Amino acid sequence: MKGAVETSCALQTPSRPGRAQHPFSVLGFLTLKGDESGVSQARPLPFPRMGEFKVHRVRFFNYVPSGIRCVAYNNQSNRLAVSRTDGTVEIYNLSANYFQEKFFPGHESRTTEALCWAKGQRLFSAGLNGEIIEYDLQALNIKYSMDAFGGPIWSMAASPSGSQLLIGCEDGSVKLFQINPDKIQFERNFDRQKSRILSLSWHPSGTHIAAGSIDYISVFDVKSGSTTHKMLVDRQYMGVSKRKCIIWGVAFLSDGTVISVDSAGKVQFWDSATGTLVKTHLVANADVQSIAVSDQEDSFVVGTAEGTVFHFQLVSVTSNSSEKQWVRTKPFQHHTHDVRTVAHSPTALISGGTDTHLVIRPLMEKVEVKNYDAALRKITFPHRRLISCSKKRQLLLFQFSHHLDLWRLGSTVATGKHGDTLPLSKDADHLLHLKTKGPENIICSCVSPCGSWIAYSTASRFFLCRLNYEHDNISLHRVSKMPAFLRSAVQILFSEDSTKLFVASNQGSLHIIRLLEGSFKHLHTFQAQPGTVESMCLLAVSPDGNWLAASGTSAGVHVYNVKRLKLHCTVPAYNFPVTALAIAPKTNNLVIAHSDQQIFEYSIPDKQYTEWSRTIQKQGFHYLWLQRDTPITHISFHPKRPMHILLHDAYMFCIIDKSLPLPNDKTLLYNPLPPTNESDVIRRRTAHAFKISKRYKPLLFMDLLDERTLVAVERPLDDIIAQLPPPIKKKKFGT
Amino acid sequence: MAALEEEFTLSAVPLGAGPDGLLGVEQCDKTDQFLITDGGRTVILYKVSDQKPLGSWSVKQGQVITCPAVCNFQTGEYIVVHDSKVLRLWTNEDVNLDKVFKATLSAEVYRILSIPGTEPMVLFKEGAVRGLEALLAEPQQKIEAVISDEEVIKWTKFFMVFRHPALIFITEKHGNYFAYVQKFNSSVVSKYTLLLGQEEKSVIQSFTASLCRKFISLMSLSSDGCIYETLIPIHPSDPEKNQHQKVVRSLLLKTVVSGNARNALSVLDQDHVAVLGPPLPASKECLSIWNTKFQTLQISKELPQGTSGQLWYYGEHLFMLHGKILTVIPYKCEMSSLAGALGKLKHGQDPGTQTMPHFVNWETSQGLGSQNAEPSKRILRRRKIEASVQPEVPASQQLLSTIKKDSEKHIEMELRKFLAIKRTPDFHTVIGDIVIGLLGRCKTEPSFYPRNSLMQLIQMHVLSYSLCPGLMEVALEKTDVQMLQLCLQQFPDIPEAVTCACLKMFLSDAVQEEQMEDQTGILQNGFNPEEDTCGNCDKELSEKPQNTIEETTSCPVIPKRAALLNAVLHSAYSETFLLPHLKDIPAQHITLFLQYLYFLYLKCSENATMTLPGIHPPTLNQIMDWICLLLDANFTVVVMIPEAKSLLLSLYKFVKSQICICSELNKIEVSFRELQKLNQEKNNRELYSIEVLELF
Repeated sequence: MKGAVETSCALQTPSRPGRAQHPFSVLGFLTLKGDESGVSQARPLPFPRMGEFKVHRVRFFNYVPSGIRCVAYNNQSNRLAVSRTDGTVEIYNLSANYFQEKFFPGHESRTTEALCWAKGQRLFSAGLNGEIIEYDLQALNIKYSMDAFGGPIWSMAASPSGSQLLIGCEDGSVKLFQINPDKIQFERNFDRQKSRILSLSWHPSGTHIAAGSIDYISVFDVKSGSTTHKMLVDRQYMGVSKRKCIIWGVAFLSDGTVISVDSAGKVQFWDSATGTLVKTHLVANADVQSIAVSDQEDSFVVGTAEGTVFHFQLVSVTSNSSEKQWVRTKPFQHHTHDVRTVAHSPTALISGGTDTHLVIRPLMEKVEVKNYDAALRKITFPHRRLISCSKKRQLLLFQFSHHLDLWRLGSTVATGKHGDTLPLSKDADHLLHLKTKGPENIICSCVSPCGSWIAYSTASRFFLCRLNYEHDNISLHRVSKMPAFLRSAVQILFSEDSTKLFVASNQGSLHIIRLLEGSFKHLHTFQAQPGTVESMCLLAVSPDGNWLAASGTSAGVHVYNVKRLKLHCTVPAYNFPVTALAIAPKTNNLVIAHSDQQIFEYSIPDKQYTEWSRTIQKQGFHYLWLQRDTPITHISFHPKRPMHILLHDAYMFCIIDKSLPLPNDKTLLYNPLPPTNESDVIRRRTAHAFKISKRYKPLLFMDLLDERTLVAVERPLDDIIAQLPPPIKKKKFGT
Repeated sequence: MAALEEEFTLSAVPLGAGPDGLLGVEQCDKTDQFLITDGGRTVILYKVSDQKPLGSWSVKQGQVITCPAVCNFQTGEYIVVHDSKVLRLWTNEDVNLDKVFKATLSAEVYRILSIPGTEPMVLFKEGAVRGLEALLAEPQQKIEAVISDEEVIKWTKFFMVFRHPALIFITEKHGNYFAYVQKFNSSVVSKYTLLLGQEEKSVIQSFTASLCRKFISLMSLSSDGCIYETLIPIHPSDPEKNQHQKVVRSLLLKTVVSGNARNALSVLDQDHVAVLGPPLPASKECLSIWNTKFQTLQISKELPQGTSGQLWYYGEHLFMLHGKILTVIPYKCEMSSLAGALGKLKHGQDPGTQTMPHFVNWETSQGLGSQNAEPSKRILRRRKIEASVQPEVPASQQLLSTIKKDSEKHIEMELRKFLAIKRTPDFHTVIGDIVIGLLGRCKTEPSFYPRNSLMQLIQMHVLSYSLCPGLMEVALEKTDVQMLQLCLQQFPDIPEAVTCACLKMFLSDAVQEEQMEDQTGILQNGFNPEEDTCGNCDKELSEKPQNTIEETTSCPVIPKRAALLNAVLHSAYSETFLLPHLKDIPAQHITLFLQYLYFLYLKCSENATMTLPGIHPPTLNQIMDWICLLLDANFTVVVMIPEAKSLLLSLYKFVKSQICICSELNKIEVSFRELQKLNQEKNNRELYSIEVLELF
């Protein structure tokens, strides 16, 4: 991902004024290296080669994220809801380093056209199937869906007080719903319009609404439900009359101004009291598809089909004068395709569209401290694992929205040195393509370490399959008659010896199932902690099968004793959500990565943080480590080297060697150069616990297959772009 | 562009029952409020934005209002005349016109004239003028006759000319028209005969006038449907002799309306007039806005129910009777805006030479008021800043007061001290205020011209045209080309008119003289014309063997002029606003400029990167844009000049070559994309590999 790499580079220098000496230490290091290079060449390297691996570099996971359709920002909790074209809804916690903490799986018939927060923390969506859906943010499922009986729904807006919900339908009706504590209730219809209502906006006082349709904008009086004004929009586009002018977005300001954006590339300001056009800005040659206004109403943002986002600000006409004017201040081009939706948080502009990136562009003047939070964020990949791996059979299971792919990795007999590509003696095989039945997306999937089981789940069904390998043939046998309580899983995990299956259901309970040849037996269910219904999104089991760790999004990590079937302990809750969990072999240390890039090591037998964890918390992580902008999604361990922790995010892979000293801010965290000419002394001095490789990116999965072999699954951005529809072409030369 | 907005009516009640329609629409002391005097007996006060009457007053049955009600801007009272001689004064609180102050005059009043900033004047039918206060003090005073017996006043207007009121009125006698101009500071009446030219037969239907520097531009709409302009001097060169001068009118716009109906005319701004009347004899009446400069119809609006042939224009509203209903049409003529001006931004800047603060922090420039509204957690942080700001506010205030009285030298010193202080977030507005302060004094004191201080301020890189609007005008007036060059280099938002004025000056002979004048002074201020582009290219040139034709090898202008012209090339502009101004440049200058641009183009094409040597050279795009602009604006002129013929031919050739280049570039772009695709496919083939990795 080009954008993110650039930002992290750009930020290193200006963001840490307090660490001015850092570059000098690097320089000093370099000169020293030159001085003693002659001496060291002949000597053998005294350090053991701690990290030489054969890496299976996999790029055939042809995953394409769905385009972003809507974003909705919740000021109260500083969370962002994002819906994608496949109906998936994701929740990002902007306070927790933009971590994607929850998601609701998509559904083929549920294309979301509108998304909004109401009554504080309640999330609603509406779509072309004509239903309004409320999401349960605790249990991570759909609370209810309700047909609005108006045909496909194109737009939705919650009233400023949050107690009413307004939807715009295909048949031209605008319907008002009352939001009750448990459900929503239809209240009444507004005056029916001629054609579909594509956009809606409430006046901040809640007395009027503006509705954008085709060729005109209507202003309704909420009390009477009648149209007070109808503002016709010019179809003309640069002198050419287009067939229709679609009002993609409207925004109603408290002074009565209505701002509209339309398919002719215009941003227009209307006076809703008189129904007259006040001002027009022609911003694009293509559609302007989205608009969002800040809470203070002093700035707004629009997104165009050309991928440009324009920032408008209310600015004084001259200094000292109170007269203010909307001025187009900043254009941003972070997208290649249509910007389908925008949002305006108090400190940032958020945009998303067909090119699948979620872009968060902080407003520099609103950011108090110019630190890493001020950097542009581009989120492309989900913050959860889509890949699981069978170490024994060298299998990779890829999870797509509606199917699973099972691949067997190839092999080689050759050896080589760092950087070599080895000739393959056997290529990778595509073993299985498993399509789900029904319209629901797959939530999670897992292949057992032995490779004989595949389990996956959709929102309403849980599937368990047994794989039989006979020479080159594979037969798949679905285990039928799943128990009633196993309807939907948030996370699935097999024990190391593949005899047990752990399933986290969306009611907060954890099921343990014993797997037998071709059948299963329900062993136990850990019920949710009394008073909570939070689902456990992350699971980890110890290699000896005795301990099970489970974590939700906010509460701490629970550790269960699988033998005694009881809760062993709870790791104290931390401010930031957990992004990855793993239990180390032998020591049974639980390693927890959080979205603020902190890593904790907790000894399960001792029920306390380990000494190493305390040391690193005391000393603090290297500042470059904390500035990484993607979360750690997977942690694993080396079977023979208990001091090593392997972990990765989307842009780097790291081995933490706990026996080495921790780096401080003056040390070079990432050194891509092989230390060929270095003396013993220098190596000893500069060696630190974090061994980082940035060779594979964007990295979706990395795991250790055996002592000397790694598997890395990359998904190059170019391959994703190649699968998107072509963007609007802009001529570079001539006129 | 001029535009008429959606009309609205002021009252559903039919007005103008009389055959002459309304008596008048007059401004009030409060914005947005207007006094409408009906032909009969009623005066109504309207608030236009609310479309609502605020008050209505009528005279008694039997009395007739003879002169439109006006507002006394000094006292806020309303004044009306009924039965030609009876003056009534009242305020908003009064209900009955019968019970208000009344004064009966000795002569018949033609009109009461009132404009903001001065006391109302009373124009009598005999041509005499009295101030209202003087008249009220002694209502029965004798009023002399100024005009002859059969002369009838047709039209009048009251102006403020350089803070002094001046009055013009037109009289008619047997088809001859006379203009009287009376100024109250000298109380001299000048009389002019309007010569109608060939169209002796035509009757003038409507007058309108505006101030145009030292003249009153009197426009008249004749029955032949044409608009004529007459320039009447405000300050007659010799008032004694010019008691009876003749002024000629010139045709401004031809046949804008069909002459038979009742038509009206009103001047809107210096380039636009509004005309009311049917465009063709048979057609319905129309309100049209004409641009007098380009002689073009800007916009027209049909008024199917007919009008009374009366038109009033105040602020942004045009008033007329449409049918029997008073209709208001808002009119807007957008001036060139900042956004428009920035349509073509400067580009190709070296980061070292110019550090323009393109990123203006709007937050900080909005003053302390908005900061208080910030979320509370920012308050602490803010408080610190405010604390540091407070002691500096007096510093700038102090400087401003210094500017008002002290000598240039002293100001310079104080300024240097001030600039040494650490910059505050609103630094640019403070600098702007200082410049405005300096300019203010320049205007009042012609000898005061703090050139060094101004140069120093401009070089702070924080000013823009909008922050100190008068600066370039003053520099133009003083023909201070160095200052203009600096401004052109520094300001991102110079209006096209000013850019063009600079260009005009740079091309004129003024530049040559200046160079002799004070070379040392120039160098002292850090301005060194030799440093600039063309100094370099000129030197280079002389070293080269002259193998091409003479015209293309030598720079057609001296280095200094070249440096100045380069500054113009770098400035930002918007084509639509620049083009009209370019037309005003004389043909010789155009040719010279074109020659220079062509020379630059040739220099550009000499190397592969298509750039010019020097520190801050114009880019190829800028050169091309300016060539196109100049040709667009002046093609008909240039084509007639024999010297320009070869130049045009070569220009034609290079335009052709440009088109070739563009098409080739497009082809190359497509080829590259194909290559990229091929490359990608190649990469895709390596979907799986086993590599060796060592972590260090």
